[in-house]
Amino acid sequence: MSSLRQIAFYGKGGIGKSTTSQNTLAALVEMGQKILIVGCDPKADSTRLILNTKMQDTVLSLAAEAGSVEDLELEDVMKIGYKGIKCTEAGGPEPGVGCAGRGVITAINFLEENGAYDDVDYVSYDVLGDVVCGGFAMPIRENKAQEIYIVMSGEMMALYAANNISRGILKYASSGGVRLGGLICNERQTDREIDLSEALAKRLNTKLIHFVPRDNIVQHAELRRQTVIQYAPDSAQAKEYRALAEKIHANCGKGTIPTPISMDELEQMLLDFGIMKTEEQQLAELAAKEAAKAAAVG
Amino acid sequence: MSLDYENDGALHEKVIEEVLSAYPDKFAKRRKKHLSVAKGAEEGATGAEGEDGQVLSECDVKSNIKSIPGVMTVRGCAYAGSKGVVWGPIKDMVHISHGPVGCGQYSWSQRRNYYVGTTGIDTFVTMQVTSDFQERDIVFGGDKKLTKVIDELEQMFPLSHGITIQSECPIGLIGDDIEAVAKKKTKEIDKTIVPVRCEGFRGVSQSLGHHIANDTIRDWVLDKKDNAFEAGPYDVNVIGDYNIGGDAWASRILLEEIGLRVVGNWSGDATLGEIERSPKAKLNLIHCYRSMNYICRHMEEKYGIAWMEYNFFGPSQIAVSLRKIAKHFGPEIEAKAEAVIEKYKPLVDAVIAKYRPRLEGKSVMLYVGGLRPRHVITAYEDLGMEIAGTGYEFAHSDDYQRTGHYVRKGTLIYDDVTGYELEKFIERIRPDLVGSGIKEKYPVQKMGIPFRQMHSWDYSGPYHGYDGFAIFARDMDLAINNPVWGLFDPPWKKDEAPLLQAAE
Repeated sequence: MSSLRQIAFYGKGGIGKSTTSQNTLAALVEMGQKILIVGCDPKADSTRLILNTKMQDTVLSLAAEAGSVEDLELEDVMKIGYKGIKCTEAGGPEPGVGCAGRGVITAINFLEENGAYDDVDYVSYDVLGDVVCGGFAMPIRENKAQEIYIVMSGEMMALYAANNISRGILKYASSGGVRLGGLICNERQTDREIDLSEALAKRLNTKLIHFVPRDNIVQHAELRRQTVIQYAPDSAQAKEYRALAEKIHANCGKGTIPTPISMDELEQMLLDFGIMKTEEQQLAELAAKEAAKAAAVG
Repeated sequence: MSLDYENDGALHEKVIEEVLSAYPDKFAKRRKKHLSVAKGAEEGATGAEGEDGQVLSECDVKSNIKSIPGVMTVRGCAYAGSKGVVWGPIKDMVHISHGPVGCGQYSWSQRRNYYVGTTGIDTFVTMQVTSDFQERDIVFGGDKKLTKVIDELEQMFPLSHGITIQSECPIGLIGDDIEAVAKKKTKEIDKTIVPVRCEGFRGVSQSLGHHIANDTIRDWVLDKKDNAFEAGPYDVNVIGDYNIGGDAWASRILLEEIGLRVVGNWSGDATLGEIERSPKAKLNLIHCYRSMNYICRHMEEKYGIAWMEYNFFGPSQIAVSLRKIAKHFGPEIEAKAEAVIEKYKPLVDAVIAKYRPRLEGKSVMLYVGGLRPRHVITAYEDLGMEIAGTGYEFAHSDDYQRTGHYVRKGTLIYDDVTGYELEKFIERIRPDLVGSGIKEKYPVQKMGIPFRQMHSWDYSGPYHGYDGFAIFARDMDLAINNPVWGLFDPPWKKDEAPLLQAAE
């Protein structure tokens, strides 16, 4: 148990957390690590690529059928996927009803109390888009994930989200010892993406642990409900995920307390990188355009 | 008014100072605004809206502010205000405590709201229905369960006339759409279903729950069905009498005797039908202003029904109120009112002859809820007793304005008093009687001071009307002149042993 490492993947919705985490974990299992995935998203899609199918028996759906979580056995909710990775999904209500956050708390407590964490080297939490309430902060509270990896890209909203998540981590860093493991940039081919990611990492007192290049092979694998590691083990993209896995494995205990920045600072950073334009710049561009138009007409 | 006295304002000022001195500065500053000594009324002061007669004092304190964590307050929550006060007593509806079981369990049986009917068949006041939320209902939402509960209730209690959904805290947190459920089920079972958003975390006290409950009557009951009720010229609604120990019945007798027809009593012993037909009445008589003024203002605005506050505690106020009410209906009713006052005079004289000599000059401190901190004052004075201090749990500033019509100069006033403050006040003033609730009762009695519960009438009552006055007088006598107080050997009355003098 002492060697148990608990990590979590956070990031803006749609950024590729589940894809990145599952590919990375598939690479980790190849390195001989015993892994448990705890999917903390009501959509229950954190284990699809590992199981090669969508998990049907989520903790909460089974609990609702049976009456309560006390009526469940661990075997009911744990499925074994690619190379022995143990997979669980918290599940939750359909959109717009109930309290998914409470569901995450219930599910994690159930898994812990019933020994799901015994005999594994890694527990990985895959959490939905934003830390919207206390329930989704559960994995970063005391005695849960020690290192958080934020999946982001060079897009502005992804940077905002990364900064926000850092705030959540900072809140619990002093009480629970959670640390920021690093940023993982999932390439979107935006302007100066890698520079920007590195700059943000620096400002947040962390590092860009890996830059995952964009490759369509990820989509091909996904369509077959597989990780790239399983679908195309010899591809260049598989090598990238293996590299990320090795970096995460070597990153044990090297997490830092993040230093989130203010919105103004973040916007200034984007200005400095020329991603965002000041009003003067915009006006000047507009004037230039108008002038060009006038010249063409004349 | 039967008495003329003034309290020792200087002493009371000093007591407030003493009490505040125990607090940290910041807290003392905040609490200071809630404590005061009634000042003499200004010459020609006009007083509060709805109150007639002379203004006796001015007793403004800050009120309706959030209690501070860490103090002991006896306030309730919005759910208590709706389920426990306004909706709960409506007898032919089933009231669902919607959420986890605790709120329902601890509000089971209501507050001695007497009613006529066969419980479990056509009346349901003392029964408790809860949707008993489990973790699953929180995570997946409770609307389905609520639907099921309503179906089951319809099957079990086909003679009920409707259902209310009293929201507990989690309902507001998880965003259940109880309004949608209510609308859907109303169509299906063709009965009134009222969703009440009285989650306990809303507002500063039960007071907001009263307001929310009033609003749901406006939005979900009034004008929702055709009503064939034939109105008469002397129809009145009694609003805000919860029939504690039969109070509403004792009041109704008098109103009927002066020639009025009580077509609705909200909400003690009330039916849904009484609420539905209330817009046809000629006058709304408000007993508990705090909990029901909202709906009266609405009815005035929408249906042009005038409203009037009245007070049926003790013969002085009963006479004033009967005359005031009668005046609204003209000479015929006024003559009847005089006859009624005359008719009960021998009863009143007999009660006063018997009890006043036993109670004369005794001092009283009160700490209660809605209207009683002011309304019962004159009943005590009719028995020769004096009010040394009074306060409200959840009043607003309009309540304290009205209090100026009742309390004398120098009276100690305390708003949302903390356990510590009240205990110190009682200890320093040592009144002959304290009237408050069950939480205060035993500590006060252990201090050697007689006590009566003034929420529940200490399981007695009614106290309203002439009949009630006789019972009130007897009960106060029983408390104060109980021989048990003579058997006390309190430490402060022990003969003092000679003090050892330090030999210097």
